[in-house]
Amino acid sequence: MEAISTRRELLFFALRNKKMRVGISIFTFFVVLAIVGPHLTGYDPLDYVGPGYHPPCREFWLGTTTFGQDVFTQLVYGLRASFFVGLLGGGIATIIGLIVGFFAGYRGGMIDEILMMMTNVMLVIPTLALLIIIAAYLPYRGILIESVIIGLTAWPWTARAVRAQTLSLKTREFVDLARISGMNSIRIIAEEIAPNMMSYIFMVFILQFGGAILSAVGLDFIGLGPTRGISIGIMMQQAVLWNAIQLGMWWWAIPPGLAITLIVGSLYFMNTGLDEVFNPKLREM
Amino acid sequence: MGRYLRRKITIYILTFFVAVTLDWMIPRFMPGNPILILVSRFTGLPQSAKVMYSYLVKAFGLDEPLWKQYLNFWIAFLKGDLGVSIYMYPKPVVDILKQAVPYDVALLLPSITLSWIVGNKLGAVAARTKKLDSIVLPIFYILTATPYLWLGILLAWFLGVVLGLFPIAGAYSFSTVPSFSLDFILDFLGHWILPFLSLFIVMLGGWAIGMRNMIIYELEADYVKYLESLGASQQLIRKYAFRNAVLPQVTGLALQLGTIVAGALTTEIIFSYPGIGYILLEAILHEDYFLIQGCFLFIILGVLLANFFIDIIYVIIDPRIRYSYGGEI
Repeated sequence: MEAISTRRELLFFALRNKKMRVGISIFTFFVVLAIVGPHLTGYDPLDYVGPGYHPPCREFWLGTTTFGQDVFTQLVYGLRASFFVGLLGGGIATIIGLIVGFFAGYRGGMIDEILMMMTNVMLVIPTLALLIIIAAYLPYRGILIESVIIGLTAWPWTARAVRAQTLSLKTREFVDLARISGMNSIRIIAEEIAPNMMSYIFMVFILQFGGAILSAVGLDFIGLGPTRGISIGIMMQQAVLWNAIQLGMWWWAIPPGLAITLIVGSLYFMNTGLDEVFNPKLREM
Repeated sequence: MGRYLRRKITIYILTFFVAVTLDWMIPRFMPGNPILILVSRFTGLPQSAKVMYSYLVKAFGLDEPLWKQYLNFWIAFLKGDLGVSIYMYPKPVVDILKQAVPYDVALLLPSITLSWIVGNKLGAVAARTKKLDSIVLPIFYILTATPYLWLGILLAWFLGVVLGLFPIAGAYSFSTVPSFSLDFILDFLGHWILPFLSLFIVMLGGWAIGMRNMIIYELEADYVKYLESLGASQQLIRKYAFRNAVLPQVTGLALQLGTIVAGALTTEIIFSYPGIGYILLEAILHEDYFLIQGCFLFIILGVLLANFFIDIIYVIIDPRIRYSYGGEI
C-alpha cells in the first residue's frame, strides 16, 4: 500500500515539474515521429524519388538531397536508428557500469583496487578514439555492432559514480542486518543496495541514452557507422561531403542535428527534473 | 604531494601501456585478415598488390611469433616509427601527424581554457538569483546537448554562407604563405574563429551547469551557515563558495577531455581544418590503417599529457592534497 502511495506521490511531482513536462513532451514527439514517420512517407530513405536540390515543399516536406532523396524520409528512419543505439548502447553501458560499480564499492579491497584501476584507464582513453580503431577494422558494421561497441566503451563514469553511492549505502544498518543474516554479496547487492538506488540508476540510464546517441552521431559522421542504411550521423556526413553548406541547402544540413540536439536536450531536462522529483530538497529551489 | 603524483603517473603509464597494446592487438585479432582487406583494394593491379602484400606482411611482422611481434611493435614505437602512410605514400606517419598537431593545439587550448573560465563565471552568476537561473539554465542545457559537429554546420552555414563573414574551409587561404606577417595572421584568425566558436559555445554550457550546481550545493554547507551567522556579506560568502566549487570543475575538466577531443575531431572535419581530426577522416576514407593507428596513439598521448598537466594544477590550487599526501605544513 505504502509503495503505491509513494509512487503516486512521485508521479504527481513528476507531472507537476516543468522541466519534466517539457522534456517528456519533446522526447515523446520524436519517439512518435520515429514510429509513425516511416508510414507517412511512401519512399525508401535511399531511393532517388524526386528532383535534386529541391527546397521543402508539399511533396517533399524537408526538401531533397543533391541526388533527389527525400530528407524527411531519411530523418525519420535515422531517428529510429538513433533511438535503437540509445536504448541498446546506453543500456549496455549502464549495466556494465552498475556491475563494476557495485562490486568495487561493496567488496572493497583488492577487487576494488583492480576494478577501479581498470575504470581509470578506460576513463582516460577517449571513447571515440577507441571506437574508431575498433570500427575501422570491422569491414561490415551494422547498427547492432555499433551499439555494442558504444556500450562497451561508455561505462567508466557510471562505474565510478555507482561505486561512490554504494560505498555510502554499504555502511547503513539494513545492509549490516542482511550481512549478519547470512545473505551472500550478490543477493545483498541485488535486494538491498540496488533498490535503494533505483532513482539514481534511472537517471544514469537517461544520461547514457543521450551519450550513446551523441557518440553514434560522431562515429557515423566520420564514416565508421553502419555500412548500410541511414542514420542521422550519415545524413550529416553526406550533407557536408556534398557541400550542402556551401550550396545553402539548409534543409539538408540543419534538421538532422536539430533533432539530435532537441532529443538529447529533452533527456537532460528530464534528468534534472527527476533529480528535483526524487530529491525534495531541490524542489524548493 | 609526491605520493599523489606518483599514483597518478602510475595510472597514466598503465593507460599508455594498455592503449599501445590495444593499438597492436586490434588489427591482429579482428575477424578477417587486415592485410587481405588492404590488398583487396589493389585487385585491378595484381603487380602492385603483390608488392603491397609482401610489404605489409613484413610491416606487421606476421611471420614471427606473437610475442616477438609485440616486442617489435614497442621497439619501433619507441624509436618514433609508426610506419608509412599508404594514402600519402611514402610519407612517414609521424611526419604527417607532427604537421597536424600545432593546428589542434591552436584550436583546443584557447577554446578549452576560455570556455572553462567564462562558463564558470556564468554558472556562478546564474546560481545567484532564481529568476535569472530559470532563464539561462535551459539555454545551458540545450548548448551542452548540441553535437559539436552540428553547431559547426550551423555556424558555417549562417555566419559563413548566409552572411558571408568568415571563410569556412582550411586553416588559411591558398593565396597566402605561412609567415609572421600581419596579413597572414589576420587570414589565419579568420579561418580559426568558426571552429573555435563551435567548440567554445558547446563546452560553455557544460561548465556553466556544473558550476551552478556546485554553488547551490556549496551554499548548503556548514561553513556557509557559519559565515551567515557571523553576519558576513553575501559577496564574501559567494567568494568562498566559488573557490570550493572550482575544485570539482578542475576534475571535471580532466574527465571531459576525451569528449572534447572527439568534438574537436568532428569540428575539424566540418571546416577542413588540417588537424588530426581531418587527417583521421582522410585515413579512414582511404583505409590507411597505419595512419589510423598513428592518430589513435597521438590522441591518447595528448589526452594523457593534458590529464597530467591538470593534476599538477590541482595540487597547486588545492592545499588539502599537498598536506594530506606530503605531510608538509
